[in-house]
Amino acid sequence: MLPSVLAAAATETQNPLIPGIPDLIWSAVCFVILLVFFWKKILPNVQKSLDARSELIEGGIKKAENAQAEAAAALEKYNEQLAEARVEAASIREQARQDGTKILNELKEQAAIEAARITANAATQIEAERQAAVVSLRAEVGSLAIDLASSVIGQSLADDKKATNLVDQFLADLEASEASSKKSK
Amino acid sequence: MLFAGTPFELNRIMLIRIIVTLVIVLVFWLGTRNMKMVPGRGQSLIELGLDFVRVGIAEDLLGKKDGRRFLPILTTFFFMILAMNLTGAIPGFNIAGTSVIGVPLLLAAVAYVTWIYAGLRKHPGTFLRNSLFPPGVPWVLYIIVTPIEILSTFIVRPVTHTLRLLMNMIVGHLLLVLFFLATSFFFFEAPGLFKLFGIGSLAFGFVFTLFELLVAVLQAYVFTILTAVYLQLALADEH
Repeated sequence: MLPSVLAAAATETQNPLIPGIPDLIWSAVCFVILLVFFWKKILPNVQKSLDARSELIEGGIKKAENAQAEAAAALEKYNEQLAEARVEAASIREQARQDGTKILNELKEQAAIEAARITANAATQIEAERQAAVVSLRAEVGSLAIDLASSVIGQSLADDKKATNLVDQFLADLEASEASSKKSK
Repeated sequence: MLFAGTPFELNRIMLIRIIVTLVIVLVFWLGTRNMKMVPGRGQSLIELGLDFVRVGIAEDLLGKKDGRRFLPILTTFFFMILAMNLTGAIPGFNIAGTSVIGVPLLLAAVAYVTWIYAGLRKHPGTFLRNSLFPPGVPWVLYIIVTPIEILSTFIVRPVTHTLRLLMNMIVGHLLLVLFFLATSFFFFEAPGLFKLFGIGSLAFGFVFTLFELLVAVLQAYVFTILTAVYLQLALADEH
């Protein structure tokens, strides 16, 4: 190879600053091919790919931001609901407590009224029976005593005023003696 | 040579350029055929390269909007020059596709037309006037300033743009040829102990091959960033 280079150098006495026609033509052919190739094919392809990549990255960032915002919103909503539920629970509890007290008070009142009514009834009844007993006893004892006395003294004392006084006297004595005997016992 | 004698005459350097072009097309076509959201190793590498031009050169100097507008031309410049420079250090090719004036001249001309077009498009009425008669200069000084501006902006700029790349590649190639021819000479033709010099020249050849790799990347970067700078100057609101 070296001798051929030397031979070429020897034969080419041409000035290196003056271009030959083939030199310019082949330079132009190579340049035009490369220019069109880069201009029409490679650079648009690469640019498209770069754009797609940056879009992908930006899209990914945006997506993540959206997801985060959504999550935050969901959390807020959840917290809100929780707070609402707490408030509601508290109000329900309060309501129940109030209702309970009210019912209890009502029942107490009713019971008291009922008891009072029953007591009053019983007292009235007892009083009435006692009254009846006293009246019948008094009538019976009086007639018995007068019958007894009539038979003892042999005269009728039935419609005498004295007789009535006597009977009353007697009953009073009887009650007194009964009381004293009860005491002595 | 194929097509010898016609304008399509193919010598070794032209063949190298065509192969390089096909390799670039193949690599980028395969590398971006099936782009994934999460890039694999190959795709990451391709994206790293494309991002280097897109972010590091186009958007950094021209901003997002204009950067995207001129991205095809800057990307083509960078990868075409890079790949054609690297062939200078690849065994079997051994010469940079950019070390003949065609490619540097053509690309510099494209850059020249592009930035003048961008300037005229952005400031239709004032671009040439502002370039040749910088505002804020007393009119007497225009006698000096205007010829300098014409020379530096519209003549020296494209010439240096071309020659910087071309000369770097030619000189790199000559250096490598020199070292490896010397090595060959010392090893196979020099008498006696002179053969030992071959070791030194081989080592230098190796070091300069590495250096050429650096220069290849650097010159591709410089050419592309200068194109972006010219565009930026043309697009700037006020000069």
